[in-house]
Amino acid sequence: MTTAHDTIAFADALKEFEPVIGLETHVELGTNSKMFCSCPTAFGAESNTQVCPVCLGLPGSMPVVNRAAVESTIRMGLALNCDIASWCRFARKNYFYPDMPKDYQVSQYDEPLCTDGYLDVTVETDAGPREFRVEIERVHMEEDTGKLTHAGGATGRIHGADYSLVDYNRAGIPLIEIVTKPLVGTGELAPQVAKAYVTELRDLMRALGVSDVRMEEGSLRCDVNVSLNRPGDPWGTRSETKNVNSLRSVERAVHSEIERQAAVLSSGGRVVQETRHFHEDTGRSTSGRSKEQAEDYRYFPEPDLVPVAPSTEWVDELRGTLPELPSARRARLRAEWGVGEHEFQTMVNAGALELIEASIAEGVDPAAARKWWTGELLRIANDREMELADVPVTPAQIRRVESLVADGSLNDKLARQVFDGVISGEGDVDEVVAGRGLAVVSDDSSLLAAIDTALAEQPDVADKIRGGKVQAAGAIVGAVMKATRGQADAAKVRALLLERLGVSE
Amino acid sequence: MTAITRAEVEHLARLARLQLSADELDHYAGQLDVILQSVARVSEVAAEDIPPTSHPIPVENVYREDVARPGLDRSVVAAGAPAWEDDRFRVPRILDEE
Amino acid sequence: MAEMTTDLVRQPAAVLAKAMAEGEVSSEDVTRAHLERIAEVDEQVHAFLHVLSDEAISAARAVDSRRAGGEALGPLAGVPLALKDVLTMKGVPTTCGSRILEGWRPPYDSTVVERLRAADVIILGKTNMDEFAMGSSTEHSAYGPTRNPWDLERIPGGSGGGSSASIAAFEAPLAIGTDTGGSIRQPAAVTGTVGVKPTYGGVSRYGLVALASSLDQAGPCARTVMDAALLHAAIAGHDPRDSTSIAAPVPDVVGAAERGDVRGLRIGLVKELGGEGYQAGVSQRFAEAVDILTSLGAEVVEVSCPNFEYALAAYYLILPSEASSNLARFDGMRYGLRDGDDGQRSVEEVMALTREAGFGAEVKRRIMIGTYALSSGYYDAYYGQAQKVRTLITRDFAAAFEKADVLISPTAPTTAFRIGEKIDDPLAMYLNDIATIPVNLAGNAAMSLPVGLAPEDGLPVGLQVMAPPMADDRLYLVGAALEAALVDRWGHLLIEEAPEL
Ligand SMILES: [Mg+2]
Ligand SMILES: [Zn+2]
Repeated sequence: MTTAHDTIAFADALKEFEPVIGLETHVELGTNSKMFCSCPTAFGAESNTQVCPVCLGLPGSMPVVNRAAVESTIRMGLALNCDIASWCRFARKNYFYPDMPKDYQVSQYDEPLCTDGYLDVTVETDAGPREFRVEIERVHMEEDTGKLTHAGGATGRIHGADYSLVDYNRAGIPLIEIVTKPLVGTGELAPQVAKAYVTELRDLMRALGVSDVRMEEGSLRCDVNVSLNRPGDPWGTRSETKNVNSLRSVERAVHSEIERQAAVLSSGGRVVQETRHFHEDTGRSTSGRSKEQAEDYRYFPEPDLVPVAPSTEWVDELRGTLPELPSARRARLRAEWGVGEHEFQTMVNAGALELIEASIAEGVDPAAARKWWTGELLRIANDREMELADVPVTPAQIRRVESLVADGSLNDKLARQVFDGVISGEGDVDEVVAGRGLAVVSDDSSLLAAIDTALAEQPDVADKIRGGKVQAAGAIVGAVMKATRGQADAAKVRALLLERLGVSE
Repeated sequence: MTAITRAEVEHLARLARLQLSADELDHYAGQLDVILQSVARVSEVAAEDIPPTSHPIPVENVYREDVARPGLDRSVVAAGAPAWEDDRFRVPRILDEE
Repeated sequence: MAEMTTDLVRQPAAVLAKAMAEGEVSSEDVTRAHLERIAEVDEQVHAFLHVLSDEAISAARAVDSRRAGGEALGPLAGVPLALKDVLTMKGVPTTCGSRILEGWRPPYDSTVVERLRAADVIILGKTNMDEFAMGSSTEHSAYGPTRNPWDLERIPGGSGGGSSASIAAFEAPLAIGTDTGGSIRQPAAVTGTVGVKPTYGGVSRYGLVALASSLDQAGPCARTVMDAALLHAAIAGHDPRDSTSIAAPVPDVVGAAERGDVRGLRIGLVKELGGEGYQAGVSQRFAEAVDILTSLGAEVVEVSCPNFEYALAAYYLILPSEASSNLARFDGMRYGLRDGDDGQRSVEEVMALTREAGFGAEVKRRIMIGTYALSSGYYDAYYGQAQKVRTLITRDFAAAFEKADVLISPTAPTTAFRIGEKIDDPLAMYLNDIATIPVNLAGNAAMSLPVGLAPEDGLPVGLQVMAPPMADDRLYLVGAALEAALVDRWGHLLIEEAPEL
């Protein structure tokens, strides 16, 4: 738990205050072309090679709405149990910034396409799983901005840079923005609820196929609103933390902001209504623009675009394309796998469901798939502070390891070493086995030699076994395993040992 | 409507990114006031129950299909830029909160 | 056609096209004649900001050789045209009359230019205009004013003064204008030419540098109603790149111009667009035109549009609001002028310095008004109310069109005023557009055509015909009938009375 002179411990904060949180999530849609022009959306293209007069905001150019972006937004709205507007417009959000080609963003303002929905999320507590209903205020469409790189100066950050460079490839990529209503009653679970909500959103979008939500490429970005009040008091002043771009950061941002505000309030201070910027490296936020400096966006209906008026037929047709949603899928998987609620929730929280499912689909035994993803691989992910899904192990690799275990070439301990090698980039499964020399020692003569050595070193134990105390065999087997650096099959060593001493079980 | 002040004109100029001189500020304060007084007439007739018109001709649901096509050649993009470096538009430093 | 070849520049486009089709004259000859005329008189008129001499000649030659090869070409093939400098043309300077775009060469063609190329029209160059089309006199061009060929001390109208002056000075038989509040019709009126603002969405705005997106519309400028119809037909029609473009067939404007018949047509006189505030000679010529229309068999009725008196106020809120947003992109970051970038100043300072240096006074004035009208706390009282007035004006039109097939009024309250006369009085300047603005707010179609010279100053007077949305053909029905009757009376087009330059 982070503690510093300007925060108070999280647990103490929650004794005194109740948090109200809210999340605004921007996600890039996975369309082929941009929101208002036909430029490609591929990630990682060379700078300024996916631009045209429209997304460069050249004088005279005009936008035309991408049908697929509207459909994705409606489908997302339906999946979030929203009402779909029968008539709505785009609006211009006016402010000057060099990453914005037209110096206004085409967005939606007071007429969002989807409104008033909800998303149920579950978090694990000591007392078992708890469900929260996160109410959705709105889901709307807008366009992304270009990408700035700051040059000169010491840090490569915006602050202190000598100048900046702009790549407009990202400008005009369709975004949907999902805004929650203020969420109350989460108490000390606020950080987990926030994370669970964003995780659920991500899974929902992946299930719908509207976005593959590549967080490492910045395709999901969160703004986190937090306020604190004493029980019974009206809601406090909220801060808005921007730039929260990973699941882990969502949790950390809520956590650290609760601590920060609690420290301010406890010492008799006032929370300032402001924008704050989250820093992935420190897990902390710094103060940004205050309310007094807030921009006046001068919204007005976008005259270059006509209203979006989805017919009932169109919406129904889109409703018909909704796949099994993550919550329903989870219920089904839990039943299919026959696991307990707690164990299942652990898999969910670890983000392991899809991975387990994919591994099973690849032919891995279900129990083994669950064991690996919620055991060793999750441990590695936690050690390396990464998402489980980002652990570079494929279902095919798990299947290969499992088959080596099954034929006795590997034991569990060696298998773990194989994964360590795979993750460390030493190659595929067989390459790691060969490279690290991890095959189980199955040559009887070398095992017998090791057994003889162990017996000679522990004559008293040898006598006990000879005397019928078979349970003492463990000490010799242990010594042999140690001598072979774990690369032996323990059951086989035991059998050979007993045979050697002429003892039976 | 209240008269527009020089401070308001200054605020507007900042919002609109116009580096107006002191003379211009005075000049515009006077002119904007006269113009705004005269256009304020719109509030005389427009009642609650009248829907606003944003688009003169009612057209709805105009979309393009989601098909990607190559855009401009980068050399063409670069040719128009006031400053260009490392295949990108070079812009002055951004003073911003962080 | 011996005398024609000696005076190619005075011929209407339709006549030139026919002569070219019949092999009597080549497009190269016609184009050269106009380029020579430009070289001869444009120093006085200053209609052009950029002349495409070489490009025009080679385009003309290409048309000639295709014609010689037996290819069937369109009705305007080989005819020269002047293009308002607010429409993009690939690789050709497009300034919108502003310093901020000096030197910018767009990398793409506007749809209008694409269609002109497809119609084998020869583009002679780009014409002068009030900066970003803000004005009624072309005095607000950063590149100096254009002069009215009827009297070089007077304005040619605006914002499309370059386009109207170019055809009035016989530098081009056709021109493209754009009309946000009257910028095609008022210049036509004060130069004795014909100008049409098509129904909003009738001509694509793709590549038209936006002033006020919900009001802007490109249209034809010509010396005859038939020429305007031919050009209208060439540039109009649905464009998938403009979301506000109407996906319906273009009204048969050429057929209507051929028929030119008002018998049985109900023509509404708009009570609110006349009388006080209109110059005597304007009212007089307008009344005479009404008599002619009656004598031609039209039924003239009076209609009232009570909310038109609020049109000017609504317009001068909606236009600057949209303009303040449309012109935000001129910030010196991606194209055009950049000022004050010394390596130390911040991006915010450089943007503000660039815009200060690049925009003229009228542009800044309107950006400030628009910024104000949209800002929080004022939106409802200004922009919101203006959009409601817009609804009322549309309703007025709808009611009037129940009683009449077309409406008419004088196009402008006065004839051409003197350069400099109103430059420091924005409100007086704005009054020029009083009769033309309601049409832009409602989105319907309108034409201005010459109906004589005001006796007091000998300057042209324009009559405005207004039609319901997508009934643009009615403009040509009335325009052609009235033009024929006037030519009959005068023995020639009014423009023939313009003084020699
Ligand atoms: Mg947004
Ligand atoms: Zn593009």
